[in-house]
Amino acid sequence: MTKPSRQQHPSPVDAEAPPNRLPGPWRPLWGVAVGLALCLLLLLTIVSREGGGVNLLNALVRFANFVVIPGVAYGSQLALGALGVTLIYAVMRFSDFAHGNTMAFGAMGVVLVTRVLQGMDISAGPLPTALLALPFGILGAVTLALVFDRAVYRFYRRQRAAPVTFVIASIGAMFVTNGLVRLIIGPDNQRFADGVRFIIRVQAFKEMTGLSEGLALRTTQVVTLVVAVVVVLGLFLFLNRTPLGKAMRAYADNEDLALLSGINPERVALWTWIIAATLATIAGTLYGLDKSFKPFTYFQLLLPIFASAIVGGIGKPLGAIVGGVVVAFSEIALTYPYRKILGYLGFETDSLVQLLSTDYKFAVSFIILVVVLIWRPRGIFQGRVI
Amino acid sequence: MKVDTGMGRPFWLAMAMALALVAVGVLQSWNVALAILNLQLISAVMALGVNIQWGYGGLFNFGIMGFTALGGLAAVLVAVPPVPEAWAAGGRGMAMAAVTMAATTAAVWALHRLIKVKALRGPAVALVFVAGFALTRSFYGPSVAAIEAVNSSVTGFLGGLGLPIILSWLAGGALAAAVAWVIGRITLGLQSDYLAIATLGISAALVAVLKNEDWLARGVKNVTTLPRPVPYEQDLHGQDWFVDLSVRVGMDPSLLSGLVVKALYALLFGAVLLALFWLSHRALHSPWGRMMRAIRDNRDAAEAMGKDVTRRHLQVFVLGSAVVGIAGAMLVTLNGQFTPAAYSPFRYTFLVWVMVIVGGSGNNGGAVLGGFLIWFLWVQAEAAGPWLMTLLTSGLQEDAPLRQHLLSVAPHMRQLLMGLLLLVVLRLSPRGLLPERSGQQGLARQRIGPEPS
Repeated sequence: MTKPSRQQHPSPVDAEAPPNRLPGPWRPLWGVAVGLALCLLLLLTIVSREGGGVNLLNALVRFANFVVIPGVAYGSQLALGALGVTLIYAVMRFSDFAHGNTMAFGAMGVVLVTRVLQGMDISAGPLPTALLALPFGILGAVTLALVFDRAVYRFYRRQRAAPVTFVIASIGAMFVTNGLVRLIIGPDNQRFADGVRFIIRVQAFKEMTGLSEGLALRTTQVVTLVVAVVVVLGLFLFLNRTPLGKAMRAYADNEDLALLSGINPERVALWTWIIAATLATIAGTLYGLDKSFKPFTYFQLLLPIFASAIVGGIGKPLGAIVGGVVVAFSEIALTYPYRKILGYLGFETDSLVQLLSTDYKFAVSFIILVVVLIWRPRGIFQGRVI
Repeated sequence: MKVDTGMGRPFWLAMAMALALVAVGVLQSWNVALAILNLQLISAVMALGVNIQWGYGGLFNFGIMGFTALGGLAAVLVAVPPVPEAWAAGGRGMAMAAVTMAATTAAVWALHRLIKVKALRGPAVALVFVAGFALTRSFYGPSVAAIEAVNSSVTGFLGGLGLPIILSWLAGGALAAAVAWVIGRITLGLQSDYLAIATLGISAALVAVLKNEDWLARGVKNVTTLPRPVPYEQDLHGQDWFVDLSVRVGMDPSLLSGLVVKALYALLFGAVLLALFWLSHRALHSPWGRMMRAIRDNRDAAEAMGKDVTRRHLQVFVLGSAVVGIAGAMLVTLNGQFTPAAYSPFRYTFLVWVMVIVGGSGNNGGAVLGGFLIWFLWVQAEAAGPWLMTLLTSGLQEDAPLRQHLLSVAPHMRQLLMGLLLLVVLRLSPRGLLPERSGQQGLARQRIGPEPS
């Protein structure tokens, strides 16, 4: 399916890659049909028990509350981070190890401006004030990224240095950014979420539905999803419809051809950094709103973000989104104790039925990474070979 | 820029480093100077290990932290006396869990090999894996609980072998090498960036295991009572000859004993560093070293010449990791305690990389110099940060919030300093302070950074 020359020349890799297709096991229809039939059978058995219907609903609500909703929120945050990494990879051809710290830097700007706005009694009503502060944070992160590009990366780009040089330079950038964040805001935890905390409260949900399981929907989770969807749609419109976005994709696909057709590499690099820093700030702010802001946590996020980008296929924007969702759901689903859910379904057990202890959260993304790298080295959507 | 590759540069840089240490001894205290020297020696060993992987083989290993931690684990497993009650309570269960785990792994591997029908392979492997996992958990869970219940405030783990801790340096190297072999088999097919990310993940996972598996080395409860390879200060105080000596030198016995203990450590570490340096030097300047450089600089050509690139990569990965494991065991020996929560990627992975890049990758002397220099700056910058901030903010009121904040975060300036140093060296002297010397300069020069013009 591929020519042997592919390994040596990373740039034209995608020219002959098949269009986005789901991997083998999902393609044959009969497999899906058999799976659906089995699920239906299981469902019927469960519902046919006494009080089975209500218990099934309870189980579903609990699953939604503890796995689906946090998974969607966390997945959106990872996807935004992974989009930045994947864009930088597609255009500059290196893995940016400073990306986690760029997220922290942008989010730090948002936290500081939020504090100022709160001091001036400016708020966004029921929404978190941080949304108003977001543009300032983006400005800060973009400035930092452009300073690094001008002072560090441009030099190596002009020298056409090896990718490893860029990676090592990005480690320097990582140290510098990390130092700056700690110097400016300190290494401690910061909470900056305000506004209405819940859209649906557990108690209200129970009263509304009469179920014994509650469901909570936090404002930050909805904000995360809405912002992520808007940003991703905007990004895809930009990449597919605008001349600049097309230039970026052309440059990513085949650098030499793009240069021949008059695309200015500096302009492409400039906009890549602007977009990546914007995405990083948004991802960092959403993560901070959802959990809390702590510089070291953002560095740790680097691993799930890389995992998302690689699982989806590095260099593929759509892959970054799918990868983010896959990693987030696996992380949560593998560390969630299923005892109560199984209890509702009629399987009473004493053990927690937790596949991995929550402490191994970060190990999950790594396990997924290794499995994908062995099973499908170029990711789900056939990304680049590094 | 002309790079001087003669003997002058290493000599003067080493002299400058020694002078800096002496200056610390005179201006601050000899205790501080010796403490810095000990960690410099350990850092130099770590940098040697990374240099073997990156400088000789061109392998991008960002999992240094994991191998350091494994060396530390070896120190615990070798030196701590065994806990018989814990073995009685859960030893059998742990053994069963180990057996079932090994059996599951073997079964999965065998099924993967034997089943030729692709559609059946996935489900069969998954089924065996889930069954084996459940069986292992059923042995593992209760025995872990039993082990951790044994006198949990003091032990609550299986303990070690109760051997002299100095043996753990070898054991640390062996443990790191064994794990590196497994990791290398899985990941070494990956190209540069993927390998870096995968090893970064592996090291995070390894440290997560050490933090959470309390039965192994007490996890975050830490093992704090490791024996020493050198005498204790209070034992020295009781000796007549030591009191005599302190009178003759004219020094307080308590001060002198601290110095003597640190100096003994420095001798031990120095001996290890010298031995490893000599071995690496011989290896690099042997046919094997030339082959490694050939593989690094032009993989395809080396492969065409009949070199088994994958095997050589695995070999160099294992060797480098073993050296890092030795350093990890020495570090825990020096600290006298094993604290898994202290392993952070900044300090134990990326700082070591800064050492190698700044010192000069591919050059053992460069790596050692980088270890000495960067550790010196890292320690001194922590002290210099607050001093600089005090100077900068001296115009502000004593209790101004800005001044208070700046003073409290000043130690973090060293991260900034390290980053800037790395970027500046990478730009101005991309092959490090002591660049690699080889017969044919052409290829080696292009490896990292641009051509110096």
